[in-house]
Amino acid sequence: MNAPTHPFASDLTLPLTEIDVADPKRFELDCWQPLFSRLRKESPVHYQTVGDLGPFWSISRFDDIVEIEKNAEVFSSEPSIAIIDPLPELDIKNFIAMDEPSHSLQRKAFQPVVAPKNLTEFESLIRSRTRAALESLPENTPFNWVELVSRNLTTQMLATLFDFPWEERQKLSMWSDAAVSDERITGKADLTLEERQLMAVDIFESFSKLWQERLDDGVESFDLIRLMQKDPNTKDLINDPVMFIGNLLLLIVGGNDTTRNSMTGGVIFFNENPSELEKVRNDTSLIPSMVSEVIRFQTPLPHMRRTVTRDFEFKGHRMKEGDKVVLWYCSANRDDDVIKNPDSFVIDRESPRNHASFGFGIHRCMGNRLAEMQLRVLWEECLDLFESIEVQAEPTRLSNNFVRGYSELEVVVKRN
Amino acid sequence: MTDMMESVVPRIIFVQADGSQSEVEVSRGHQSVMEFALESGIGGIDADCGGSAVCGTCHCFVNDPHMFGAIEPNEEAMLGLRPDRENNSRLSCQLSLSDVSADTTITLPEFQM
Repeated sequence: MNAPTHPFASDLTLPLTEIDVADPKRFELDCWQPLFSRLRKESPVHYQTVGDLGPFWSISRFDDIVEIEKNAEVFSSEPSIAIIDPLPELDIKNFIAMDEPSHSLQRKAFQPVVAPKNLTEFESLIRSRTRAALESLPENTPFNWVELVSRNLTTQMLATLFDFPWEERQKLSMWSDAAVSDERITGKADLTLEERQLMAVDIFESFSKLWQERLDDGVESFDLIRLMQKDPNTKDLINDPVMFIGNLLLLIVGGNDTTRNSMTGGVIFFNENPSELEKVRNDTSLIPSMVSEVIRFQTPLPHMRRTVTRDFEFKGHRMKEGDKVVLWYCSANRDDDVIKNPDSFVIDRESPRNHASFGFGIHRCMGNRLAEMQLRVLWEECLDLFESIEVQAEPTRLSNNFVRGYSELEVVVKRN
Repeated sequence: MTDMMESVVPRIIFVQADGSQSEVEVSRGHQSVMEFALESGIGGIDADCGGSAVCGTCHCFVNDPHMFGAIEPNEEAMLGLRPDRENNSRLSCQLSLSDVSADTTITLPEFQM
């Protein structure tokens, strides 16, 4: 008798009603693709009652996700954009989990810092820091790419955006990790509720201090704290600690966990597809297109969630007020109705920007051009500096249904 | 007379943020201005979502707003997020090429996001 090779080998045979689509282990083992392929075919608008996080709807097709994200009135982002609801003991709020008009008012305050015009000013700084980080890597010796490159560079970027004290910048990635380590989405008790509450206090205290120091100091700067202080819609945010911490965490996670994992994913994809690396080595004008393909193939955030505001029929399914609707971006990015040959990593595909990783509609990723720029600079420098970046072992992936990422990727680099 | 009518083909003058211009004769077809611009090799438009008015990266400024159909709520929502929004802002994917009845100017923004 052939025993199943892994716990999800039955994804193609069990009745769909018995499957927990959100099981974080499926992402840890990187075996989520067959289930979502089946959902797209057999039950693209799927209602699940089983599992710890049920009941909820799973939307797996690209076009259906676009349609739902267009209808923000029926499909609300409150109270949460992850499958799980906020805990009453840790109920922080932020603009991604708010509807109009409040959402746009707050988002607009932050948007200028990540507008491409402003990013141009940052680019040379990002490049020199990226170069320095890459030049300091050990040669011909295995090391963890996640730690020394991905995590290091995204933490530096965050510290730059906040103008955060440089020597304390590790706090930023620590907070980012903690924010997405709720055991309901990881299936593991990494941090206790009390530890996470203490961290929220730490965030508030650290940023309150910076806030007070910068208040009316007359310095012209585009850092996120001064932008908040300048904008009428956010200038008093510090008086609302729940919203203050929430928005800070949103910017920290948004600018950290996502790009960090695309920085690691790219190395893995090129090791699996050496001919694609050759293409870009031979023609570096393909780098922007390659960056979009890495972001699609990685899909750093596998899902976003909406909540139905009134009884509504969607594609023949009757959704009820209060129902959770989970939009599986990871599945949309493998939908061959929209993306040709979606399970292949092809760096020069037609319309590479047409992917689901940034979401759609009013909540579409605000920092998308910053993410693309960081990845472009990283690869321009890597191609210039290294002859090869060889993966030594299978990566260690996160058990998490909200962040598709890595904690370890052992590589060896060789200089040109 | 008929010959003359047929020979008058309206043009779109695309103006880039740096001031450079391209004039393109409007070909027949039921495309959006965004698709037409991309096919004509006009830069400054990203059109990430391919024309569904859900990304906001085909933003442009139109000189003759009255020439085109009204702004639908979805388009308005996406335009509302642009830091460089003006009264004549539009998403070019929502502008129908068949509405271009006379020469008109469309200006591209400094950046798309």
